[in-house]
Amino acid sequence: MLDVCIDQKSFDTANGEVLKAIEGLQFQVPAGSFTCVVGPSGCGKTSTLRVILGLDTDYQGTVSIAGRGRVAAVFQEPRLLPWRTVEQNVLLCLPVEVGESQIQDLYQELGLQDLLQFYPTELSLGLARRVALARAFALEPELLILDEPFVSLDDDTAGRLRKLLMAVWCARPTTALMVTHNLREAVELADNVLLLSERPTRVVADVDISTPREERSDAVISNYVRQLDDLRHAPL
Amino acid sequence: MTSSPGGRQGNGKPYLWAVSLLGLLVIWAVAAEISQSRGLPDPLAVVDALWREAGTGELFYHLGMTLLRVIAAFVVAMFIGSAIGIALGMSNRLNHFFDPWLILFLNIPALVVIVLAYIWFGLNEVAAVGAVAVNKIPNVVVTLREGARALDADLAEMARVYKFSKLKKLRHVVLPQLQPFVAAATRSGISLIWKIVLVVELLGRSNGVGFQIHLYFQLFDVATILAYTLAFVAIMLAVEFLFLQRFEKSITRWRGQRA
Repeated sequence: MLDVCIDQKSFDTANGEVLKAIEGLQFQVPAGSFTCVVGPSGCGKTSTLRVILGLDTDYQGTVSIAGRGRVAAVFQEPRLLPWRTVEQNVLLCLPVEVGESQIQDLYQELGLQDLLQFYPTELSLGLARRVALARAFALEPELLILDEPFVSLDDDTAGRLRKLLMAVWCARPTTALMVTHNLREAVELADNVLLLSERPTRVVADVDISTPREERSDAVISNYVRQLDDLRHAPL
Repeated sequence: MTSSPGGRQGNGKPYLWAVSLLGLLVIWAVAAEISQSRGLPDPLAVVDALWREAGTGELFYHLGMTLLRVIAAFVVAMFIGSAIGIALGMSNRLNHFFDPWLILFLNIPALVVIVLAYIWFGLNEVAAVGAVAVNKIPNVVVTLREGARALDADLAEMARVYKFSKLKKLRHVVLPQLQPFVAAATRSGISLIWKIVLVVELLGRSNGVGFQIHLYFQLFDVATILAYTLAFVAIMLAVEFLFLQRFEKSITRWRGQRA
């Protein structure tokens, strides 16, 4: 599981002021659950992810990740190495102990088996994102961080990719934390949804999506979205 | 510092090249015919000199010595220059401190470095090769510094999250991004270095093309001077066309088009 407690994270702006990005942000992601974080743009979601990923250590507070602490990330941009093939991109990120046979299934599930020798520059954004997902799951992470992995895709492609993500995640359940600005997407995927406030970021609401995923019809999802929307706009 | 401005690839018009070079040859022959002077031998006299020097084996010996010095100075300059350039590109503080040194070294004439190297370290091979390398290093530093400044921060973060080792990161993340800058430094490097090597040989070595040119200068034998010059230019062009261009092509294969 993931336990986040960021007392304060601030930035020095160019004109010498101190900008508080996060203050008193506390939440937990239970082991093996899928949590989505939704908040207004510019509220510090990406800053929070950077702290969790260990890319930013200049903050007050603690972040603890259970287990060996093996973390994988899917970024907003695919962040593949353009000079390596799809297959090399995945293999390069693997620790030695992960066997190559398990990865073959992953390629199949994500529909990448025929693209392994392609270079990332030859792929569409949707396909490149699939490679980024394969790379993350191949690591068999204890914590999977996803930063708006479906942003700037058309609705069809994003929808297909969400289904792929769920299928792969259900086959390899791991603690997952995904940032998105899309409430429908959050309700479709998550076990629980965290609503964040404007800067400085705090948790406004933590909502369980108790309906099993296969029973989440459009109507059910809309219902949750309305409920979350009310919470989001409720006076604090 | 590039040796031929305006498209050196030939752009698929080799016959134009041939016509152009032939034109130069004709102008040279006509000028030699008109002047009738020892100072400007005709092309055939140069071919004679080339043939004579090749026959005695002198040509190959001296070309070989010069080529070895070019290679040695090039390797040393690229390694040291790249290391310094990458370090400066990655650290603002280092860069601020060493930038004035760099400007100073960029502006020291090659001749001064060569003379000082011979005075301080003696008339030996290390001083010769070292002096050439020192002349080239600042250029490599400047080029690679630009490359290191342009490194992709997103990919660096990816490598950090996926726990790449230092070596893995260098090989798979950093060096591929620096490759165009290394290629640029290599191209300008080869053409600069071989010119400086001739000066080093002229001033303090007892073999090599530069030494031979000095010798035939004293004998006022322009035909042989031109013979050595043309032979060496031919070799350096061959290195560029056969080796460098093929090398660049092979490592830029991945730059495909989005399907």
